[in-house]
Amino acid sequence: MKKTVLTDEQIISDLLPKKFGKWGMAWTGVLVVICLLGMFAYYRQLRYGLIVTSMRDYASWGIYISNFVFFVAISLVGSLITAVLRLTGVRWSTPLTRIAEIIAVSAITFGAIIIIVDMGRPERFYYLFLYGRLQSPIIWDVTVITTYFFISVLLLYIPLLPDMKILLAGKEKKGIYRFYSFLGSFWKGTHMQYRISKRAINILCITIVPVAFSIHTVTSWLFATTYRPGWDSSNFGAYFISGAFLVGAGAVSAAMYVFRRFYKLENYITPEHFDKMGKIVVMLGLLYLYFNVNEYLIPYFKMKKSEEAFLNGLFVGEFAPLFWSAIFGGMIIPMIILLFPRGRTPYPMFICGTMIVVGAWFKRYLIVTPTLLHPFLPMHNVPESYKHYFPSWEEWAIAFGSLAGALLVITIFVRIFPIIPIQETLTEHHQKEL
Amino acid sequence: MDTTSTSRKAFLSSIITTGLALAGCAPKKDPFELAAGEHAKASGEKVKLLSVDGEVIEVDKAFLRPVPEMPAVSNSEERRGIPGKKFVMVIDLSRCKNLRFCEKACNHAHHLHTGLNWLKVYPMDEAEHTAPYWEPTMCMHCDEPPCVKVCPVDATFKRQDGLVLIDSDRCIGCRFCMAACPYSARVFNWEKPDTLTAEEVCQPYSCETSVPQKVGTVGKCDFCPDMARKGELPHCVSACPNGVYFFGDLNEDSVTNGAETFRFSELIRDKAGYRLMDDLGTKPSVYYLPPVARNFPFEKGLENDNEKS
Repeated sequence: MKKTVLTDEQIISDLLPKKFGKWGMAWTGVLVVICLLGMFAYYRQLRYGLIVTSMRDYASWGIYISNFVFFVAISLVGSLITAVLRLTGVRWSTPLTRIAEIIAVSAITFGAIIIIVDMGRPERFYYLFLYGRLQSPIIWDVTVITTYFFISVLLLYIPLLPDMKILLAGKEKKGIYRFYSFLGSFWKGTHMQYRISKRAINILCITIVPVAFSIHTVTSWLFATTYRPGWDSSNFGAYFISGAFLVGAGAVSAAMYVFRRFYKLENYITPEHFDKMGKIVVMLGLLYLYFNVNEYLIPYFKMKKSEEAFLNGLFVGEFAPLFWSAIFGGMIIPMIILLFPRGRTPYPMFICGTMIVVGAWFKRYLIVTPTLLHPFLPMHNVPESYKHYFPSWEEWAIAFGSLAGALLVITIFVRIFPIIPIQETLTEHHQKEL
Repeated sequence: MDTTSTSRKAFLSSIITTGLALAGCAPKKDPFELAAGEHAKASGEKVKLLSVDGEVIEVDKAFLRPVPEMPAVSNSEERRGIPGKKFVMVIDLSRCKNLRFCEKACNHAHHLHTGLNWLKVYPMDEAEHTAPYWEPTMCMHCDEPPCVKVCPVDATFKRQDGLVLIDSDRCIGCRFCMAACPYSARVFNWEKPDTLTAEEVCQPYSCETSVPQKVGTVGKCDFCPDMARKGELPHCVSACPNGVYFFGDLNEDSVTNGAETFRFSELIRDKAGYRLMDDLGTKPSVYYLPPVARNFPFEKGLENDNEKS
């Protein structure tokens, strides 16, 4: 493959954030509208109570909680791409670190927001800090998610400092430049500063790995600490983490394609990146498949009475179409496509990544709700609406509003900051030339 | 003479309680000042009352307003429990015919939102060739309560007398306890309870009466400790004409349904009492006597069942 020789000026001008084009404006507009719709739905929920949702005493957790699990899952990719790959000495992933990290930050932020939306008494949120009791997995979750959020923000911010200098170079301190200057004017690029920042990033990369494992393991414990069929599983932590890495890698694959295409980054996000990400996705898919086999087929082999109705509901019953779509569409088919070198080219990668993300969203729903609809004691003498769950328009609006919100944060970030680290690209470019 | 002295006492205590109630409630609801001055018209009929400083005063009857009921004990006392007690319930399945008087009495006493039940009667059938029976369930007041373990804010708690209660002023509505409870005993107030009057809504919440239920919080059977303090039986126990429910104290080793009283240990021994889903390790405080030598055929209960299973 022929590679064009890039000058420093060329790299910088390629990677500096660009104004929204026609499509950028339309995309942002659509996201804002969805967010506003979600906010209106939440206003209705605050006014009338959770009665506006379709959740009832049996399905007492619905798509808010599954959306939360989804957000936590997808945010794990920050630690995978930035920390795990960096610590293992992988160099090719440099252009992808910031994509992964902003996905992590915005997802974990909206995960926290959606959990407040799910509360019956959101105005008592601060009770968690006032009266928090350590034995509740919710308190563990609050602790690790907050920690993860701050580490992720730092991992986004510190590598951004050298780029801030480039952004500020020779510009008047007006408008957005005032903001850049506020964030990073102290960065002079001295040898000492580079040394400190390198050390800081190393420390953060090491700490984020156990914290990332904790956020999703603890999230799985919100379910696994109960007795319910489908949740009462010692496999749950590993099952959740493997699924999280898969959906995160899928999201990065899809995002790589979008940024490459719309920001003309063909020289920086190369087919080689897609090829390598594709291989990672296949590996993570196999891992997730392994845990799925453990999670569903082993209970199926025994078919305990308490789990029978639940498992049948997933395999052949009410939830079967969704279940098999999520298993095949969100895991097996993308994996098969990505086994072929041609599958690991940009556009198929985008399709596979999207399939994985959509499949993962529904998979989280299938983890949360069917279990609740199969209690130990029969559902009896309750209105018909208690026995099934289909989200109300308010729930859909809020769930999609939060997803749109997460995408909006990413979109705005890309508008004001370079999505590919400029300074690191320059450094690597110079090293290659030498 | 006797009646006047009690009404005096009631009036005096009502003044005190009003003062307390005002602290926790909207000040607009002062039953004396505002209501008397602005909304009520004097009826001309006077009532003699004893004022706080010991003088007999005459007040127009129209100015009298019911005073919100105050919890008998403080919140910290409600969280501690009644000293020396360990409450248990025994449910005799051979006597139940799904009359559901228990359910109605419970719903009425706790002003539950229409359609919500803390006490549920299930038609149970263990397997294909076994005989069906009616099984009332309520909160099992477990000694290892899974709901209490998971509550992040201490809104649901275990007391020294064995009860598991809910503080609706503390509950954040996360519904983790509902997911954790294997007995589906907990119900959620998805909307404002429709059965509460304006005064009841304003009344301070008591963990022992579980009244008033609040939107966005969890509710469940409380074993009526307010009745126990008065030396009375829980509402479901006294409402059941068939004597299905026996309530009592494990430390005294006695349970009663109002008409009959048994030694708890003997009753459990003689009738082979057991606990529901005991294998989960929750250690419930509710014991069941198996449905042998039944008083009614199972079919008798079907006429009261809303749902044809």
